[in-house]
Amino acid sequence: MLRLQETAFDAGAELNDFTRNAAGPAGAVVSFTGIVRDDSGQLAHMEIEHYPGMTEKAIGAMIDHATRRWDLDAVRVIHRYGRLEPGAVIMMVATASRHRVAAFEAAEYLMDYLKSRAPFWKKEVARDGTASWVESKSDDEDALKRW
Amino acid sequence: MKLNVVYFAWLRERIGKPGEQVETGAGKVADLVEELKAREERYQAAFEDVSAVRVALDQELADFDAPLAGVREVAFFPPMTGG
Repeated sequence: MLRLQETAFDAGAELNDFTRNAAGPAGAVVSFTGIVRDDSGQLAHMEIEHYPGMTEKAIGAMIDHATRRWDLDAVRVIHRYGRLEPGAVIMMVATASRHRVAAFEAAEYLMDYLKSRAPFWKKEVARDGTASWVESKSDDEDALKRW
Repeated sequence: MKLNVVYFAWLRERIGKPGEQVETGAGKVADLVEELKAREERYQAAFEDVSAVRVALDQELADFDAPLAGVREVAFFPPMTGG
């Protein structure tokens, strides 16, 4: 399941709901939550832009691939766009499987691909009003090679 | 052929609009980029370093030597920073 939204969400409530729904066949749930980091202490907010249409297609293809490659009972991806304050939850990924290894690996695969193959762009706006686009990291690109 | 060309992030900011209809005879993506660069300074600035630009054809990632035949939407954007 994929959800793209501008509004905030409660990662804990989502995880509890996901776990309840996956229980039965699944014996393991792994989740990742991404939050807005403020390295400089100067961040006013972040703006996340995305490509409506392509975002759904790209993430949908990642979920399909993960479901074929690993024995998963459920996948949930939630990603926000728009304006986010420091400390806000940006996104979460949750995977459920019979056993933990598949759930861990699928969650890592999804995170690696979301980082550099889902059409999102982050802009940081500092308290003094200066804005800069977050640059992609070569480490993130390298991370795809292990899959 | 008429293409819907869309721009994201700093490409959108440098070009000054989110997208436009482009009438072109370009055979591949790289030819379209050359046509756009020849238009105005702001396109030149946006496409100055194409190694920092990614392209999607009808919402699928593609290369700059990909053909444009049959394509309806071309998107240009910087490397993605999701997650």
